[in-house]
Amino acid sequence: MILERYRGLIDSFDAFRDACDRPLPSVVRVNTLKASIERVERALADGGYAYEQCSWYPELLRLSTDTPGNSWPYVHGWIYGQEEVSALPARVLSPSAGDRVLDACAAPGSKTTQLGALMDDRGTLIANDANLGRLSALRTNAQRCGVTNLIVNSADAQTLSLAPFGGEPFDHALVDVPCSCEGTIRKNPTALEDWDIDHVRGLSGIQRGILRRAIQATRAGGTVVYSTCTFAPEENEAVLDAVLETERCRIVPFETQLDTRPGVTEWEDKTYDQSVENARRIYPHLNDTGGFFCAKLEVTGE
Amino acid sequence: MRSNVGEQFSRVPATDADRAVEGRPTRNEVLSFWEDRYGIPPGVFEAHRFWEKGSGKLWAFSGDAPEGTEVEALGITFLRVRQEHWKPTTDAVQRFGRHATQNVITVDAETARRFIAGEDQPVDWDGEWGYLIVAHELADVREPIGVGLYLHGELRSQIPKGRQRSV
Ligand SMILES: C[S@@+](CC[C@H](N)C(=O)[O-])C[C@H]1O[C@@H](n2cnc3c(N)ncnc32)[C@H](O)[C@@H]1O
Repeated sequence: MILERYRGLIDSFDAFRDACDRPLPSVVRVNTLKASIERVERALADGGYAYEQCSWYPELLRLSTDTPGNSWPYVHGWIYGQEEVSALPARVLSPSAGDRVLDACAAPGSKTTQLGALMDDRGTLIANDANLGRLSALRTNAQRCGVTNLIVNSADAQTLSLAPFGGEPFDHALVDVPCSCEGTIRKNPTALEDWDIDHVRGLSGIQRGILRRAIQATRAGGTVVYSTCTFAPEENEAVLDAVLETERCRIVPFETQLDTRPGVTEWEDKTYDQSVENARRIYPHLNDTGGFFCAKLEVTGE
Repeated sequence: MRSNVGEQFSRVPATDADRAVEGRPTRNEVLSFWEDRYGIPPGVFEAHRFWEKGSGKLWAFSGDAPEGTEVEALGITFLRVRQEHWKPTTDAVQRFGRHATQNVITVDAETARRFIAGEDQPVDWDGEWGYLIVAHELADVREPIGVGLYLHGELRSQIPKGRQRSV
């Protein structure tokens, strides 16, 4: 089993393995552009749905149904189905109303719509993705959520041009890269069936390219958040380590109420820059979520 | 005069005097449409600029973008102006329709369910034929669902296939 390779990284490995075998609760995020938490709770209760608020993020509600898509709050764009832990990176990025923000790998838009709400639909939000089919799902989702400050763009994020957006650098960028998705095993039990080390290495190269370009496109003093839903250090700390060498940035700590573990500085025969410990690893058994990795980078002057 | 370029987004001009492309509607006409037909005051759209891609479809966008930009989307699709009777989109009605004061039909729970499923159904409405904002009560407040074409005593659901649901 692929996950065995992480035994040395994870304390209470058995609890980790058990959690990976359990299905995930269904979670929705309240879209505050269209409705308040109270109003959504009221409509859910009227519709006969039971829910429970996530303590670290009041807009996240754990639902008693697996088909929230067939509810009125969904139809009106008041809620968006989003895995609990995947709400972390936009929270860490924490853009303000009026900012210029890039979402480099945006489809199908769970974090885009969350960023739009955090920005209160003001400023300019750019949602980019290389896959046109997935972008069309993003467009539908963003429209349903009423995000009107959004530019949807289709390009390889490794070579993204700023020209379609007026040429100005971004204040912040979210880099939620394509990855081997090991952490989605609870949602998708076959996620590891095609796991292959060459594929992981290939992804690692693309991830570096995307993160590098996002840092270059962000102004000094701006923030870049890097995230994956995988455990592989090749796609996490190794990517950060490589980018630290060539780009003007540093990895900074961030606060979260979620239970997390620091990034690892050693893996197989590699060692990484000490500051990757500021990144956070989230294992499924820690908060009863999917698996996740998140790092906050500050873009420096040089 | 320039012509419409299919893949580029162009800002809708403010007035007739600023019009660079023959036949393109102006911002003032768009604002008047929403106010005259649905009673939505122009101030509701203060933060938004209207853009056109190809011809006949307007988008509402609150961010910044350069004229002529070639991207997939700018904000939300908003209004179809190709045909003689302009037609609001589902997304525009869901986003801005709460401010409407006329040509809004508030329907009961069963009619709302059939409407979002895409069905046509008879309704009581004493106005003229045309596009209505269809709303229902949700959590005690009137909430717009989408656009219905009222014709010959019937409300025809204009909810696009991809947005139809069995609630
Ligand atoms: C983890 S998913 C993004 C999920 C999304 N951020 C969300 O929250 O809904 C990664 C995305 O990266 C896109 N992608 C893959 N390679 C890319 C590239 N070179 N440039 C831009 N996007 C890419 C994929 O199409 C996929 O949609």
